[in-house]
Amino acid sequence: MFEKILIANRGEIACRIIHTARRLGVRTVAVYSSADAGALHTRQADEAVWIGPSPSNQSYLNSAHIIAAALSTGAQAIHPGYGFLSENADFAQACADAGIVFIGPDVNAIRVMGSKREAKILMERYAVPLVPGYYGADQSEEQLTQAARNVGLPLIIKASAGGGGRGMRIVRDFAEFGSALASAQREAQSAFGDPAVLLERYVENPRHIEVQIFGDSHGNLVHLFERDCSLQRRHQKVIEEAPAVLLSDIQRKHLFTAALEAGRAVNYIGAGTVEFIIDQAGEVFFIEMNTRLQVEHPVTESVTGLDLVEWQLRVGAGELLPLGQDAIECRGHAIEVRVYAEDPSQDFKPSTGLLQHLRLPVPSPHVRVDTGVGSQDSVTPFYDAMIAKIITAGPTRVEALQQMTRALAETEIVGVTGNIAYLQKIVAHPAYQTGGFNTHFVEDVRGDLLPEPAPAPDVVLMLAAMRTVVGLAAQAKTEAARTAEPASPWAGLTGFRLNTPPRFEFHYGTGDVHIVVFLTQDRASWRYTSGSHTESIEACEVAGQVVRLTLPMRTIQGAVISTPREIHVFYAGDHYRLEPVDLLQSGEVAEEVAGKMVAPMPGAVTAVMVKVGEQVTRGKPLLVLEAMKIEHTISAPFDGIVTEIRFAVGEQVLAEGVELIKLEPSAPALDADSAS
Amino acid sequence: MNQFHSTVDTRASVYQQNHAAMLTIVDDLKNKVVESGAGGGEQARAKHLGRGKLLPRVRIDALIDPGSPFLEFSQLAAYGMYGNEVPCAGMVTGIGRVNGVECVIVANDATVKGGTYYPETVKKHLRAQEIGRENRLPCIYLVDSGGAFLPKQDEVFPDREHFGRIFYNQATMSAMGIPQLAVVMGSCTAGGAYVPAMSDESVIVRNQGTIFLGGPPLVKAATGEVVSAEDLGGADVHSRRSGVTDHYARNDAHALEIARRMVANLNHHKNLGVEMRPSEEPLYAAEELYGLVPTDLRKPYDVREVIARIVDGSRFDEFKALYGTSLITGFAHLYGYPVGIIANNGILFSESALKGAHFIELCCQRGIPLIFLQNITGFMVGSKYEAGGIAKDGAKLVTAVACAKVPKLTVIIGGSFGAGNYGMCGRAYSPRFLWTWPNARISVMGGEQAAAVLAQVRRDNMDAQGKAWTVDDEELFKAPIRAQYEAQGHPYYATARLWDDGIIDPADTRKVLGLGISAALNAPIERTPFGVFRM
Repeated sequence: MFEKILIANRGEIACRIIHTARRLGVRTVAVYSSADAGALHTRQADEAVWIGPSPSNQSYLNSAHIIAAALSTGAQAIHPGYGFLSENADFAQACADAGIVFIGPDVNAIRVMGSKREAKILMERYAVPLVPGYYGADQSEEQLTQAARNVGLPLIIKASAGGGGRGMRIVRDFAEFGSALASAQREAQSAFGDPAVLLERYVENPRHIEVQIFGDSHGNLVHLFERDCSLQRRHQKVIEEAPAVLLSDIQRKHLFTAALEAGRAVNYIGAGTVEFIIDQAGEVFFIEMNTRLQVEHPVTESVTGLDLVEWQLRVGAGELLPLGQDAIECRGHAIEVRVYAEDPSQDFKPSTGLLQHLRLPVPSPHVRVDTGVGSQDSVTPFYDAMIAKIITAGPTRVEALQQMTRALAETEIVGVTGNIAYLQKIVAHPAYQTGGFNTHFVEDVRGDLLPEPAPAPDVVLMLAAMRTVVGLAAQAKTEAARTAEPASPWAGLTGFRLNTPPRFEFHYGTGDVHIVVFLTQDRASWRYTSGSHTESIEACEVAGQVVRLTLPMRTIQGAVISTPREIHVFYAGDHYRLEPVDLLQSGEVAEEVAGKMVAPMPGAVTAVMVKVGEQVTRGKPLLVLEAMKIEHTISAPFDGIVTEIRFAVGEQVLAEGVELIKLEPSAPALDADSAS
Repeated sequence: MNQFHSTVDTRASVYQQNHAAMLTIVDDLKNKVVESGAGGGEQARAKHLGRGKLLPRVRIDALIDPGSPFLEFSQLAAYGMYGNEVPCAGMVTGIGRVNGVECVIVANDATVKGGTYYPETVKKHLRAQEIGRENRLPCIYLVDSGGAFLPKQDEVFPDREHFGRIFYNQATMSAMGIPQLAVVMGSCTAGGAYVPAMSDESVIVRNQGTIFLGGPPLVKAATGEVVSAEDLGGADVHSRRSGVTDHYARNDAHALEIARRMVANLNHHKNLGVEMRPSEEPLYAAEELYGLVPTDLRKPYDVREVIARIVDGSRFDEFKALYGTSLITGFAHLYGYPVGIIANNGILFSESALKGAHFIELCCQRGIPLIFLQNITGFMVGSKYEAGGIAKDGAKLVTAVACAKVPKLTVIIGGSFGAGNYGMCGRAYSPRFLWTWPNARISVMGGEQAAAVLAQVRRDNMDAQGKAWTVDDEELFKAPIRAQYEAQGHPYYATARLWDDGIIDPADTRKVLGLGISAALNAPIERTPFGVFRM
């Protein structure tokens, strides 16, 4: 076994690898970029080495720096995790050249499987079932157009070197083929440095099943059963589980045979995943092989009881596979959800910022949480916005689902927008619960999944308002403690009024609704009034963020987290956002926002379509901001003249809300009151 | 040990009866405060809100720090007067904290008679300013008033303590370095124009606030010029051209935010000048005051039981405990502030007056604020006492009370009659604050005594004229006198006329005194030169 390894990754996977290494007595070296200084993985590792500035191409993709870090710290091996350099044959080669073990398959296997085209050609030779397609080296437009006609519609264009849904285009009409091809090639070029594409018949609404395989350097190769990753959103996996539901023994056997065949074709060493689709007729086709540890490997670990990272380290160190095929069993059921910093209501726009509050489910024999961040860490625009993976297990799928429902209800995220409510809706969806889903599921039931902000019930308003009152008192006390009058009744008698009880009025906005809440103190108890609802609050206990209220005949409990602009209440598994309306600020803000075009998130300006002085009409695209690998177009909110452009192409916008462009309304403003 | 041990039996029937009786009058007080607090009628409020203006209490809530207490003054001013049509005298005044600074706030209520000044309105405004002056508290005027109530011009305009005094106070307080800030949220016509004009710094709300010496009707009558109120004296005129106002606000909320910024820039510093201790709650519940204080003012009780429910930890270092025992004096703390307490425990004798004067000298020497718990029927009368010089001993107490420069705070917790009122720091002795319990009575003497004295004078006259006067006739003579004293001695009558700063729930006494002392300590404690004590 190695004595020391370097982990060429970040976030949850780096932490997860450190966890196993620590258990095996292997010392760990973390690497980090500037944005990750102090990040959780650097705190958990025995050592941490800075490898470059924040952009990943200067840090986590900088193989020279990483290898230098390994050499300088005396690491014997590098674990690449997933993503970044994990499937980069050149990096694997560079490790070998430097005398460092690359924990993964050999360079050839990475190279072959890294090219979808080459992989398909090889698979065809090994009689692994393939979808009709074109994998030719001739990438001329004429050839590709001709091939497209042979493949037939619908078809999908994929980047040969790609993965993760990038550079993919679906074509349903030959008329669209030319433009789809051009855009796929462009994206492939920018993302992977290689414009080569392949064409395949597009299988409508397939299921996505993958098989975990493991090989060692002694010629052994086993499978660790399958995972069902059909629950995807635009080719990004959302929920994974093992074993797959509604799969016949024959299909399963067929999958395992094909997967092992694929592995043998490249003499596979280490952890690998062979991905298949199953069409609506139940037929199985090979899509690709991932020559690394998958994000969703924990579900396999759960049902097999094995530690795949431990296997990787053992195999990497030249040991035999710890178990033979016969000794590997699949027991129970496991489900994984990916908790992301993204906003489902805004087309899953990534959300970045400080995690002002992060509460993840408490681990138990049935609940596992893999994360790379904690409260007060940041989700930066530089990397994948995953916050955590939650994995639940049970003897049956129903029980695993029940555990997941509870785990999601215990998850609280404030500071960035999370997808918890979205995941909760999927998990609770009858079609998901019965297992009747395919890769098109989230599109099919889209209307059922989009979180519409539910109006905050009275109990939620009570929790928020009581927390505010207690907070006011605590704040006054803290401030008084710094003065010469620490016990001043001006600070201590919160809300005191002569001959009338202390009464607090709160205004909250949730969506378009404006809610007014009154709390009136009556000695030790309170009366809550909102609209026609009145209720007495007999007692209030606050411990940190948790507020517990004693109401007549029942007690309620929730977590309340205040940020400068919002109050977040987590109650009964739901997350409510209230915007406190400050009377004093309300007059000003409304007038300031109008006419400003601000960055929806930090990112880089990739295009500016207008010039200063240009007359634009409402809806005209003005500027494009690329953030989190997604392009955001800023359009004119009204007819007007561009008076100022604050960023040039290539410039980085560092914070959300920064003004990008100024527009003067071309018609005279209706509100003549814009004086002062 | 200095911790007081109560002997009150809360299960005794007399306690229960007292408690129920006090609760009844406290509830009555609170109901009246709620009624008055609503200001003008529903219609006037709707009209006010319809203009995009905030109600005065909402303005104050927004102006003061979130959660700050608001120590309101003269809540029942003009109560029972003018057919009860001028609730709160059309004005809300009090102390609240703005950016951590205790400030006097004077807010006109335009929903009450257009915010015009009745005699009690003037008195209330001047009293709030007096509190500002004596305690050196920044004054913030939320102006929204039509000026003097013209039908009563003879009661609001010409005299020394009338309308003009408002501006005199602004000028002289500003001269003392007490900030004067105006927020113009409505009309400031004629004399009213001087509120913002005499302020150190001011803000005006566009389309709401107007300032002019003569309004549009007067201008038209005088010169024929036709001009709108906004063009004559609106926010744009005064913020851009005349310079009468310094800040321009888009609406009430914006103006209040600006007012808060003004206070933040005052560089106000509070020099406490007293040695603080950690605060302790009293050992006994404040609500027990309801049960231990008899509703019948003639029934004696130990005032130490009251003190024990007001001061920190119920700790009280009594001074001269064995001498002049009808007056209790001693040192205690309230929210950590040191205080000297003087409380009646019966009628005043020479010894008790001397003891009181001595104790006041001590507190002035040491710079300790004084609290008077007033429940006094008067000084002892009779030849023995006159010959013993009770007049000169009483004078020593009155001299000491009058001259004392330390903050004096008075609570009338029972009777306030005759010279006892003087010796126990009644209104005329300028306590920084004076509050009344709802069971209190105030008059030159008790109604019964007054009726008896007047009846005796009449009987002497009748006797001299050789006329007979039956017992029934005497009773008929005395009844209206008793009724008059009862009505005029009632705290509602007193507070309506601003003889106090408000009636308080006895259970709030500690809180109100604490807020008052803290506010009073904004003014440095001065040395006291006493007048001649007649020996």
